[in-house]
Amino acid sequence: MMTIEEFGRRLRAGGMTSAQITEECLQRIETDNPRLNAFILVMADEARRQAREADRELAAGHDRGPLHGVPISIKDLCDVRGTATTAASRVRDGHVAERDAVAIAHLRQAGAVFVGKTNLHEFAFGTTNEDSAFGPARNPHDPTRSPGGSSGGSGASVAAGMALATLGTCTGGSIRIPAAACGIVGLKPSFGEVSTDGIVPLSRTFDHAGPLALTVADASLVYHALLGDAAATPPAPMPVHGLRLAVPRPYFCDVLDEEVRARFEEALDRLRAAGVRIDEISLHHAGDIAAVYLLIVLADAAAYHAATLDAMPERYTAPVRLRLEMGRYVLAEDYVRALAGREVLRREVDAALAQHDALVLPTLPIPAPTIGATTVKVGSTTEPVRNLMLRLTQLFNVTGHPAISMPIGSTSSGLPCGIQLVGGRGQTDVLLRVAMACERYTTSGPSPRSG
Amino acid sequence: MTIEAWLQSAVADAERRGLPELKPILETLAKAITAIRAADFNQSSVISRQSTVVSHDDD
Repeated sequence: MMTIEEFGRRLRAGGMTSAQITEECLQRIETDNPRLNAFILVMADEARRQAREADRELAAGHDRGPLHGVPISIKDLCDVRGTATTAASRVRDGHVAERDAVAIAHLRQAGAVFVGKTNLHEFAFGTTNEDSAFGPARNPHDPTRSPGGSSGGSGASVAAGMALATLGTCTGGSIRIPAAACGIVGLKPSFGEVSTDGIVPLSRTFDHAGPLALTVADASLVYHALLGDAAATPPAPMPVHGLRLAVPRPYFCDVLDEEVRARFEEALDRLRAAGVRIDEISLHHAGDIAAVYLLIVLADAAAYHAATLDAMPERYTAPVRLRLEMGRYVLAEDYVRALAGREVLRREVDAALAQHDALVLPTLPIPAPTIGATTVKVGSTTEPVRNLMLRLTQLFNVTGHPAISMPIGSTSSGLPCGIQLVGGRGQTDVLLRVAMACERYTTSGPSPRSG
Repeated sequence: MTIEAWLQSAVADAERRGLPELKPILETLAKAITAIRAADFNQSSVISRQSTVVSHDDD
């Protein structure tokens, strides 16, 4: 599959056009989407028009930058003018976006080609993309499995070559979870960096928007375009020798599938062999993360959905409706207590990063779960899927630190595994430089299109 | 409100609204609330009231 960087080289060397790469993506969508259900809306005519325009502009000497003519998919939580933003829910029946979300306007300005709106867990309130008014999205590596969520269709679209990158959103892990499950890169920037204006909220306290792509460099290109810096090129990787990483082992490495653990430790060994120093640290209040996250996200989501829960509850999928209803019972005093916990956790992560370039931990404790599974056996214990999927990612939505997931190989049955790097607040570019340095020592998972 | 009282009230309300399936989910939420209230960053402090009286001069 082609990266944005590779396409850019071929485009500017005259060896490929935006029309050609866009047609390839549309062909893959036509062939594979019936099986993967990654897209809710395919924008074939508009994509072809945008691609022709991109080629015309480039021929006339107007180069918008690295995303010029690049086919991108968009999570159907983000407004694209003239199209519906369904949020994968019948609650949004009849909606048409009057204007682009700010992030989408930036991508449009950068010359990106929008191939379609991707499937997601309804209202982004889930980690498997199973509960969707349009049916579940499926993992390109094994269609009986979830692509992760909530940006599951986005992850599947890139992993299956239907787009070169995608715009996802993340409230508890919804960019990194599908990135890990699908074997690609997913970046959650620092909180507040990428505008969420024009994106349907789940929790305004925790919502982020960010890219999924095949490589860290590609993710960097999309990230900068989302900030309005369409001409930015990828940052230089940090020198890998002497990098200082920290593994928060207690809690974050306690509950891991054995093959996920093996891939993680192998990746750490490769990094150490390359000269990276890897320390072990602990976060004192790690055991409180889940409760802090749950109380805040539930109350935030319930507040946003209160009117439609009253007016049209039957239009939600049942599981999402119930979780939204749960949020209506969170007392204000407990919400405030959770906010106090958030500040404590933020300070603990800041302190852990004071002596290190990044934290390093697995992204998902399990490989992509089977669609329909509600529990998974990990070692000798059985755990709820939802808790496991969020376990290692949600902290950094709570604290707002930037975090990126990169593939590190796969299980014996070919399911991708991911490693997560976390950087200082407001230092997403530094994190990207660390990630670019580490990426060459982590092993990419197998392409679902290989062989 | 104690967690027990909260849970009792929430379950009763859910049943009144025709959502008995909320009960096990509310029990899960109760565990999270218990954890948050027990966390050391939320230990109640004993406020010792000062004996000083704050007076305001009247014009």
